[in-house]
Amino acid sequence: MAATKTQTSSFSRISSAVPSSRTPGLKYGPNGTIFISSGIADLDKILGGGFPLGSLVMVMEDTEAPHHMLLLRNFMSQGLVHNQPLLYASPSKDPRAFLGTLPSPVLSKDDKSRDHDSEQEKALRIAWQYKKYFGEQKQNLDSHRDAKHEYCNDFDLRKPLERHFLSGQSIDCVSIQDSPNVATFRDQCATFLAQFPRNDGSISCTGRIAIQSFCAPQCEYSNMEWDMLSFIRSLKGMIRSSNAVAVITFPPSLLSPSSSKRWQHMADTLLSVRAIPDEDKELAKLLTGYQDMVGLLNVHKVARINTQVPVILEATTFSIKLQKRRSLILECINQAPIDGSSGSSYGTSGSCSGSSKKGVLDF
Amino acid sequence: MDHRPSNLLDEALGLDHHHQTKGRVVLIEDCVETSGAFVLHHLIKRSLSLNTSGVVIFVAFSQPFSHYDRILRKLGCNLVVQRDNNRFFFFDMLMLESPDVDGEKTSEDWLVSLYGKIRETVEANAQPEDNRNRVTIMTDDVSLMEVAANGSSNHVLDFLHYCHTLTSEFGCSLVTLNHEDIYTSMEGPTLLLQMEYLADVLIKAEPLATGLATDVHGQLTVLNKEIWDGQRSSRKKVHNFHFKVKENSVECFYPGSRT
Repeated sequence: MAATKTQTSSFSRISSAVPSSRTPGLKYGPNGTIFISSGIADLDKILGGGFPLGSLVMVMEDTEAPHHMLLLRNFMSQGLVHNQPLLYASPSKDPRAFLGTLPSPVLSKDDKSRDHDSEQEKALRIAWQYKKYFGEQKQNLDSHRDAKHEYCNDFDLRKPLERHFLSGQSIDCVSIQDSPNVATFRDQCATFLAQFPRNDGSISCTGRIAIQSFCAPQCEYSNMEWDMLSFIRSLKGMIRSSNAVAVITFPPSLLSPSSSKRWQHMADTLLSVRAIPDEDKELAKLLTGYQDMVGLLNVHKVARINTQVPVILEATTFSIKLQKRRSLILECINQAPIDGSSGSSYGTSGSCSGSSKKGVLDF
Repeated sequence: MDHRPSNLLDEALGLDHHHQTKGRVVLIEDCVETSGAFVLHHLIKRSLSLNTSGVVIFVAFSQPFSHYDRILRKLGCNLVVQRDNNRFFFFDMLMLESPDVDGEKTSEDWLVSLYGKIRETVEANAQPEDNRNRVTIMTDDVSLMEVAANGSSNHVLDFLHYCHTLTSEFGCSLVTLNHEDIYTSMEGPTLLLQMEYLADVLIKAEPLATGLATDVHGQLTVLNKEIWDGQRSSRKKVHNFHFKVKENSVECFYPGSRT
């Protein structure tokens, strides 16, 4: 047990650093960056800790599917759970209504039971003599999860966020359909961001800005590309000098190709989401776990603040899945065995030889 | 041994040379997948390194001072000290107010005033008779300058032309960064084409065709248009190599020369 303890502590050193205990929801990363959680544990892991404060995150939407909303919802909920002020802007008439669809964090009790569930489920599949190893590993994971729990919650997409989260703090909702030009919206962002000035030393408060479908045609300025570009430029400038993160989603197909590239260049972290068609037989044959997938997430750029070294991920495409129909997880895409029927034989051959035990677990 | 790899980039740029780089224009092009900012950092470091007494004027649109400071510190160059020694001049354009409704005029105004400031600094620092005291004007990056000028690329181009005159007048170098992929879908004489025309050295950072790898971050193509003095005319004009960006250096190597 002692051994596992030391293991855990060395593994989660960054997250359990002293300052983070003072201000929940912050994690100290390399190069003097401070992360806040995206609200999806897997995405945090992929991005190396989360969204760094002072960065601009852009999500390229799939015009035909609302998958970007999944990311936005978790991002916003996570902020509210951590008591961080939020500015939400959307092209809808009544943006406040969207707050009613935010997911609620899973209670830790729930969490435990869920873990047991999955453990049992998996244990069935695994030969009994490996169970003990597996249990140990799981325990390890559990304690790790507890340490990290404060930083990133699990969210239940079926349960709406409780009222007290919504009423307790400052939430600004802006309908960008109403604002006649971008200048007023920029001023709103500026006053919001003025609450979180960055001065060296303690961070008392961090903010989140979520802007949904910024270039949607409902906005009056959707055809003023230079205005939108200079808005993003000045937003980025303001964000850089404050303790906040802005997430902007946009449908790139509605912009001219060169504008869209400009937007992408301005993003610190660039993601894109794509739906997968319901009945794509060929894709279903190609990918394992196709039935559970709701979409694909691509990581194009990972924020590179205070460093010149690019982050090279092992994979850039991940599948978005709903675990037990409620919590969002991201997984690496696994290619199915070439012949559908040979899948089981692949598995059995693996379990025959003891050395490939790991392989079975990984798959 | 450690110095050899980065010499590949220096060699391609003609920096290994002693009587070098008087009044050159360098253009760095990159794309969303591969950032070329590391070349800029490398050039800052080279210009401020100890055995030269170069001066750098840096016009920053994309990152705050702290970002460059941290990166350059890891490269072994302290920007704060250099700033105090009046060798590094930082123009922070990040928080530049966007021009108001009467657009065009104000964007021209700030470009003119920016040029005025640059010229002033150059005049104060350049000593044309002294080869060693060179001024380098760097811009990171031009596409954001275009945005700040509210899309009037002609004003940006004018600005660059004015800066170009400084290269002949005071022997300054001009280093600019721009993003190639923005302009690929445009037709006609784009800003980028004009900049390529101005440039003596063109550096392109591209991703590998075979996808991302941890060992190779991308490839650089360096086109050196300059015709060197007679005996060096056999220099290769086009260099092509792979690079890996590290915190304290950039490793450059020929394709396949690393296992």
